[in-house]
Amino acid sequence: MHPPRLADQRRRQVIRQCLSVGIATGAYGISFGALSVTAGLSLWQTIALSALLFSGASQFAVVGIIAAGGAGAAAVATSSLLGMRNGLYGLQMSRLLAVRGLRRVPAAQLTIDESTAVAIAQPEPAAQKLGFWGTGLAVYLLWNLSTILGAVVGNALGDPRRFGLDAAAPAAFCALLWPRLKSGDTRAVAAVAAVIALVAAPHAPAGIPVLVAALAAVVAGLLPPRRPGPRDDLDDPTLPPDQEAAA
Amino acid sequence: MTLWTTVLLASALAFALKFLGYVVPHHVLDGAVVSRVTAMLPVALLSALVVVQTFTSAGGVLTVDARAAGLAVAVTALLLRAPFLVVVILAAGTAATLRALGWG
Repeated sequence: MHPPRLADQRRRQVIRQCLSVGIATGAYGISFGALSVTAGLSLWQTIALSALLFSGASQFAVVGIIAAGGAGAAAVATSSLLGMRNGLYGLQMSRLLAVRGLRRVPAAQLTIDESTAVAIAQPEPAAQKLGFWGTGLAVYLLWNLSTILGAVVGNALGDPRRFGLDAAAPAAFCALLWPRLKSGDTRAVAAVAAVIALVAAPHAPAGIPVLVAALAAVVAGLLPPRRPGPRDDLDDPTLPPDQEAAA
Repeated sequence: MTLWTTVLLASALAFALKFLGYVVPHHVLDGAVVSRVTAMLPVALLSALVVVQTFTSAGGVLTVDARAAGLAVAVTALLLRAPFLVVVILAAGTAATLRALGWG
């Protein structure tokens, strides 16, 4: 069904992608480490989150809620709801990787946005596997190392805002979002989610606005695919909150 | 709930959710609705995270500060096809510079 190995040139190409995503994402763990200790978590708690939870958005949600004085239960609930997408990625990846038995444990732990994205971007199965494991391992290693660095440097230097680290996180999310905005459907979902999150933010505990916005995705997924035509809902991003409430 | 309980419980549930994807039978994925939700979920989550982390401060108060300038620079860099790390560094550098100058 698939070639036993990749041509050397293809192999190097995929490995370069794995490493560049690994370095880019991993470096951003500095921001997580710094924010986590600033939020009041200990060095070991910060390390545990990167090693065990290992999902950027969930980790930022946990420390964000704790920093805002939110309850532990809210942090766990928000982290888990954000982590549901990794389960959906796992559904896709278990088919591509064809892993069985105990190898499902490391595969599951490495199932995140970046490893899934690099894997599904490859046309052939051997490259999909290499893309997944290469990116997953590179991100895991660098994310954990940079978390420690950020936690230690963050402690030494004080407020990470001085270095603009609080602007680094949304910029990174924006860069991850960017390549997904190619169709009118995804642009509409992104615009609606942004409006919902901002409307909800002043009225809900930290972390909840993002979850409410995620309903936009569920609603969009449940609606029938739109045919090519005028991008009506792009022109009116203020309309949909009522629709979301009905979901 | 202590901080350690929060950290370990969140980690255990995160792993359980990831693992679930590997033990659910493959045919579950075959629905067109599931794949559409799978495609849209990261878009909605990332978009919401961008605006919440840029435009809100403690207590969810809507704020425009140095982070907004950082995001504007990030979007400009993305339009110019800058690589991921350059986008992140430019945004952080913009916010840091503005704060050093006493704004935001």
